[in-house]
Amino acid sequence: MSEQPAVVARGLTKRYGSLEAVAGIDFEAESRACYGFLGPNGAGKTTTMRMIACAMPPTGGELDVLGLPVLGNERRIKARLGIVPQEDNLDEQITVVENLTVYARYFGIRAAKVMPRIDELLDFMQLTEKRERKIMELSGGMKRRLMIARGLLNDPEMLILDEPTTGLDPQARHLVWEKLRTLRRQGVTLILTTHYMEEAAQLCDRLVIMHEGRILVEGRPRDLVAAHASKQVVEVFDPPQEVEPDLEKLSHLADRFERLADRWLFHTDEGDALLAKVRALPIDPGSVWLRGGTLEDVFLSLTGRRLIE
Amino acid sequence: MTVATLDISPAGAWRYWLRNSVVFKRTWLLGLMAWFIEPVIYLVAMGLGLGRYLQSVNGLKYIVYIAPGLLAVSAMYGATFETTWNSWFKMDESRVYDACIATPLSAEDVALGEALWGTTRAAAYGAAFAIVAVPFGVYRSWWGILTIPALFLIGANFSLLGLTFTYLITRVDYLSYYWTLFMTPMFMFAGVFFPLNQLPGWLQTVAWFMPLHHGTEMMRALMTDGRPGRAAWSALWLVGSSLLFLLVPPTILRRRLVK
Repeated sequence: MSEQPAVVARGLTKRYGSLEAVAGIDFEAESRACYGFLGPNGAGKTTTMRMIACAMPPTGGELDVLGLPVLGNERRIKARLGIVPQEDNLDEQITVVENLTVYARYFGIRAAKVMPRIDELLDFMQLTEKRERKIMELSGGMKRRLMIARGLLNDPEMLILDEPTTGLDPQARHLVWEKLRTLRRQGVTLILTTHYMEEAAQLCDRLVIMHEGRILVEGRPRDLVAAHASKQVVEVFDPPQEVEPDLEKLSHLADRFERLADRWLFHTDEGDALLAKVRALPIDPGSVWLRGGTLEDVFLSLTGRRLIE
Repeated sequence: MTVATLDISPAGAWRYWLRNSVVFKRTWLLGLMAWFIEPVIYLVAMGLGLGRYLQSVNGLKYIVYIAPGLLAVSAMYGATFETTWNSWFKMDESRVYDACIATPLSAEDVALGEALWGTTRAAAYGAAFAIVAVPFGVYRSWWGILTIPALFLIGANFSLLGLTFTYLITRVDYLSYYWTLFMTPMFMFAGVFFPLNQLPGWLQTVAWFMPLHHGTEMMRALMTDGRPGRAAWSALWLVGSSLLFLLVPPTILRRRLVK
């Protein structure tokens, strides 16, 4: 028996006056997997997440979360969700454990009953020692982990995370990733937005790339890279002016060529051959390298390099 | 769609009230100082200081005359401080409201829980003032005991008004206008410090629309005159006004947060 999808959207739309923040999107997020939303700022990711989290009613289309239409089932759905917003919104004046008991009570779970669960979650998130501390004494990474622990108090079927590691240092980020992978293995459905391509590649089973309220592509990260990026990219960093004409000639050998302020990018499936030709030019060998195509290449080729604000 | 209808759960409002009580246990000393001590200062300074130069007001010693109004003021300040500055902070700065509505609580539950909490704090401040005022000999009737439950009526009224304003404004700076243009004139012209029958007729009409006027009349009827029947009329005004505003903050907060 195939499991019912965790989220189903059909023609999902959100309008503010004349602005269409989400312009009729369709997607299905499978249960017990990690589904990602990528896109530049203003793409409609957070709006989509807020509609899934029942924090915002859709203007049009259909949206089913955990098998229920969102409109009219907000309380029932929210009782089964864990939500970790982009900005930490812990109660600063009370302790770690008080934050958790207060939050559990919003779900109707009594403090005495939730204590074993709190101990377990603090242990899982490596916060046991911080139990009696006030929130203002925690580091950014600890607050983020506490936010995730708080989102797990009600044993949710689905955890929604809006940019879970923005602003964290690399150590803290890897720890959060590790915890999220563990949760997915335990069968929790994860829905997340991110700006970090590495994060998406590391965590997501499937993802969509959104731009201006629409979904541009959907699929497994590996398949998207195969379909929308060249196998390899030759990068040349800040070449001397005298070799520019020669480099420009080589650009015709690439499937796609980009000239940025400080870098020249040759997208190609024949990286080695092109690399040899570039290396033959009088360029510092340290400023030329070959790498595989990445999700970032897919993202930038689809959404453009123009700065979006 | 769902914007027009309200989604209210008394259990949800109660859970939000409990959240506030947990935070209060950690911070009550800081808050208590400012908002309960201020009316005490007025009582001592004006009642004893200014009172020395006044023969009597309506046949009463000045301190006895102003004590009921100041008791009402302590509840007014408690509720208003809570539902303006504190509620704004929770809504806009620390994002406590956002955290709540990500759970089964609705925006309406949060608004009503907040009103209930403002009422509770008003009663707590008021009760502290009521006790401190006893040795000044300002209670002239045993009906004065009823001033304690009466504090809840004043608290509810000002909590709902405070939340209505706080949930409507877009910048925290506007809260100063609420205090300067609404609270301060009421403090001066509601009949706390002098009888209103000295004032021009139109001002007496304006005063009739002030919750603090009815709060003061109610307290005076109970603790000074011992006339519970007259207090009941003021109580009725406060209950009616509270009922009128009861669903306003939940409606505005839903529009503000769930859009």
